[in-house]
Amino acid sequence: MTTSAPPLAGTIVAPRASRWPIFGWFAFLFLIASQITAIVISPPDRDMGDLQKIMYVHVPAAWMTMLAPLTVLVFGLRYLWKRREQDDLLAAAAAEVATTFAGLTLALGMIWARPTWGVWWTWDARLTSMLVLFLILAGYLAVRALIDDPERRAQWSAVVGILGAINVPIVYMSVRWWRTIHQIQSSPSTVDPAYVIGLRLNAFAFLFVMIYFIRRRYEAALMERAAEHASRAAALGGGR
Amino acid sequence: MTTKKGIIIGGIAIIVAAFAYLLYGGLDKNIVYFLTPHELLAKGTKAVDVPVRLGGQVKPGSVKWNDTTLALHFIVTDGTSEIAVDSKGAPPQMFRDGMGVVVEGRYGANGTFNCTSLMVKHSNEYRPPKPGESVQEMQKTLIKGASS
Repeated sequence: MTTSAPPLAGTIVAPRASRWPIFGWFAFLFLIASQITAIVISPPDRDMGDLQKIMYVHVPAAWMTMLAPLTVLVFGLRYLWKRREQDDLLAAAAAEVATTFAGLTLALGMIWARPTWGVWWTWDARLTSMLVLFLILAGYLAVRALIDDPERRAQWSAVVGILGAINVPIVYMSVRWWRTIHQIQSSPSTVDPAYVIGLRLNAFAFLFVMIYFIRRRYEAALMERAAEHASRAAALGGGR
Repeated sequence: MTTKKGIIIGGIAIIVAAFAYLLYGGLDKNIVYFLTPHELLAKGTKAVDVPVRLGGQVKPGSVKWNDTTLALHFIVTDGTSEIAVDSKGAPPQMFRDGMGVVVEGRYGANGTFNCTSLMVKHSNEYRPPKPGESVQEMQKTLIKGASS
């Protein structure tokens, strides 16, 4: 069963050189420019002073931790529906990036929490649900590493991807459903325009960086699979 | 092929349902991160000397700080009830009159809350200081000599 000829062997082709590296340069330069702009134009907050500036990395990272698992969900479901291997690889690439951003959100949140709240960590619903999301995403990557058969690997990781995506709205609503130390969502009516501009710029910067990361990891995954298919074909052809 | 697909989708549905039940059903509204002063006092003797989190606002004008013993006293209020809190050490930077706080510790039989961990809750508002105002840092005014 595991040695059955891969049905999609012919369709996986290593990607050719593209304009994506240029997009990558654009994304990172845009990020640097957005960070500098946000930090320079925003006055200190009346409560937390310059610590407010952590917002420009923590909040965009958190937003990407909402978007990336939804990408995992969409392409995981599409794989289960259409059985195109590319969808599985794209979902996997998004999961890797989602894990990164989840870890980044947690780490930056802890750095922000220590001087403002007074603790690195506390088990409130927002922090706990975010940690659960991070662990599910890490589980997704573990499942992929543990299952050798590409088809079963794709099916099981799609299931874990669904579980992760279920957790996204829980993380988002946690601050409204339960009492937490984490404040509820800010909106342009609760945030001074001086901070909103910088936050929006950096949200786009993080989005571009995320798209770039997912694309490059997807390309790498395509190349890995193309190599796997080639070596399997060579082994099967050379043995007989 | 179609039945195999059906089994997989069915299996996924079961796992998802189980997971959702564990997360939503189990948690429900039972998990309360902190009690308000009103809720804590309503528990009566059941709440005395057990580890608990208390949340509310720092009652304006209630903060007392001893420079040499580092003892910090303040009152936590929810508008209807209030509880006096005994703490030790410098508070987090955002600590000040009227700020939301969550304190961990035990409510003593003497009617004061012995705080082992003091956390400050920030609102979802971010505003620069108004003209003529400076960044509010009670901590710096409490700890004389820390700043200049």
